[in-house]
Amino acid sequence: MHSDTKAFQAIQKTAICARDLHATLGSGAARRAVLDVAALDIAPGRWTCIVGPNGAGKSTLLKALAGLLPCDGHLAWNDIPLQNIPVRARGQQLAWLGQGDGLALDLTVYDTVMLGRLPHQGWLETPSANDIRVVETALRTVQAWDWCPRTLGQLSAGERQRVLLARALAVQAPLMLMDEPLTNLDPPHQADWLEWVRASVQSGTTVLSVLHEITLALHADAIVVLDGGTLRHHGDSADPDTHRAMEAVFGRRLAIHRVHTETAGSQWVALPVLASEAQP
Amino acid sequence: MTGRLWRALVLLAVLLMLLGLMAGSSGLDAFRDMGPMTRQIVLDIRLPRTLGAAAAGALFGLAGAVAQGVFRNPLADPFLLGSASGASLGVALLLGLGGSAGGWGASGWAQRLGLTGAAFVGAVAAVLLTLVLARGLYHTVRLLLAGVVVGVVLGALTQLVMVSFPQSLQTMQGFMLGSTAFLGWSAVALMAAVWLLCAALAWGSARVLDALTLGEVTARSLGLPLGPLRLALVLSLALATGTAVAQTGMIAFVGLGAPHLVRSLVKTTHGPLLGFASAMGAVLLLAADLLARCLMAPQELPVGVLTAALGGGYLLVRLKARD
Repeated sequence: MHSDTKAFQAIQKTAICARDLHATLGSGAARRAVLDVAALDIAPGRWTCIVGPNGAGKSTLLKALAGLLPCDGHLAWNDIPLQNIPVRARGQQLAWLGQGDGLALDLTVYDTVMLGRLPHQGWLETPSANDIRVVETALRTVQAWDWCPRTLGQLSAGERQRVLLARALAVQAPLMLMDEPLTNLDPPHQADWLEWVRASVQSGTTVLSVLHEITLALHADAIVVLDGGTLRHHGDSADPDTHRAMEAVFGRRLAIHRVHTETAGSQWVALPVLASEAQP
Repeated sequence: MTGRLWRALVLLAVLLMLLGLMAGSSGLDAFRDMGPMTRQIVLDIRLPRTLGAAAAGALFGLAGAVAQGVFRNPLADPFLLGSASGASLGVALLLGLGGSAGGWGASGWAQRLGLTGAAFVGAVAAVLLTLVLARGLYHTVRLLLAGVVVGVVLGALTQLVMVSFPQSLQTMQGFMLGSTAFLGWSAVALMAAVWLLCAALAWGSARVLDALTLGEVTARSLGLPLGPLRLALVLSLALATGTAVAQTGMIAFVGLGAPHLVRSLVKTTHGPLLGFASAMGAVLLLAADLLARCLMAPQELPVGVLTAALGGGYLLVRLKARD
C-alpha cells in the first residue's frame, strides 16, 4: 500500500506524520466515519497531491492534517507531536488555503493579504516594514498588486482566488496546505500556480494540495489516492501503480496516458473515458 | 478617505449637539433668549439629554459593528443575542409586579433607576441564557439560533406579563418605542464609561474580526486565540447593548445601520470600523433626537419611532440600489 515507505524511512524526517486518524461527522444515529487513515507520512520539501472522487474525504483529510479538525489519532509536524506545538507557532508554520466558504467580501485586497502576516505580529502590533514587503511580493506573485484598494467583492471569482492564494503566500510558512487552489483559475494562472509550487518546493517548502484537475495533479511529486475516507494508495506520481489506483477509484472513467510534446517533453495526462467506449 | 470621514462625523456631531442644546418645544429658543431659566434648562436637561443620545448612539453603533463581525453577517443586529427581549421582560416584570404606573420615566428617580436596573439585568440574563443554550461560543449558527429562540420565548413572556398587568401597558409601550427624553447626568456618565470599556475590549480583538472575514477555519489556521477573543467580543456586545437599552429603551436600527453606512462610505479593517460605527451611531441618534423634538413641536415623537422609520427608508434605498 505505501510503496515508498522505505524511501521515507531513509529520510527519517516527515513534514506531516499521521497515525490512526479517525474523524466522524454528525451525532447520534447520523454519526458516520468520514476519515479512517491508518498511516500517512508526507515527505518534506516535496509537493504531494491528494486526489479522489467526490466525497472521498479529501478536504477532511487536509483539514485534519492541518490540525484544524478535531479528530482522534496521532499527528506530528516535523516529528513534533501537534499537541506540543502552541497555537501561535502552528500559525507561523502552516499556510492554509481553504475553499473560500464563509468569506466576507468587505475587506480590501491589501488588508486581506496582510491578514497572512497575523501569525508573525504581536498583539496590537502594527505591520512592520518586512510585513509590508512580504505582502507586496505575495500580491505581485499572483499579479494582483494593482487591485490593492479594491474590495474582494469587486473582484471576479478567479481574481479573488488569486488574492486568497497571495494571502496564504504571505504567511511564508514551511508547510503549505491548499484545498482546491485552482478553482476558478484560467489556464495561464493555473500554469503560474504550477510554476510557483515548483519554485516553493525547490526552496524547501512542503506543499500538500487537494486537486480535482488530475492532469495537473500528475505534475506533483507524490500522490495520495483517497476513497471512502480511507487511503487507497500513496506513491510517486510517475509510478504506474499510482496511475492504476487513480483509475480504479474513479471507476475507470478516466485513463492516464503519456503524451509526447515537441516543446515540453513527455507528460502524463488524464483523459475521460466515455461509458460507450469503456472496455468490459 | 478615512480622514475625511472622521472630520465629517466629528463636525456633524458637534453641529447636532449645538442644535440639540438650542432646540426646545418652541423652536430654537436658546438663540432668542438666554435667560437664567433657559440656561438652567439647557444645562440640566438638554445637555445631558444630548450627550446621552450621543453616548447611546455610540454604544449601539459599536455593538452593531461587533455583532456584524462576530456573526459574519452584514445584517446582524446588536439585539440578536436576545438582549432586547430580556430587557423588555425585566422592565415588564418590574412594572407588573411592582404595580407602579406612570409614564416611562415620568415618576421619580427611584423608579427610573429601578427600570434601568431591571432592563440591564434582563438583557444580561438573556444573553447568558443564549450562551448556555448555544453551549458556548464555538458555533456561530447555533449562537444565532439560540438568540432567536430566547428572543421569541422571552418576547412571549413579556406579552403575557403585559396582558396580565394592563396598568403597565403605557409605560411598557414607552420603553418598547425607545426614548432619549429622560437621560440624566448619571446615565451619560454610565454610558460613556461602558463605551470606553467595550470599545477597548472590542478594539483589542479587532484583528479576530478581520481574520473571521476569511471564514472560521482559515481564521483558526492563523494561530489566533479565537476562543478568548471571541468571548471578549460577545461580552462587549452584550454589555454595550444592555447598557444602552437600559437607558433609552429599544431604539431600532441605529445598531444595524451605523456600521452599514460606514461600510458604504469607506473600506477599512475592523479596528477603525469600530470607531467609525460608534461615531456614526452617535450622529444618527443625535439627528433622530433632534428631529423627534422638532418635527411635531411642542409635542415630542418617540425617538425609536423615528429611527425605525428612517432606518426602514434607508434599507429600502439600499435595496433599490442593488437591483
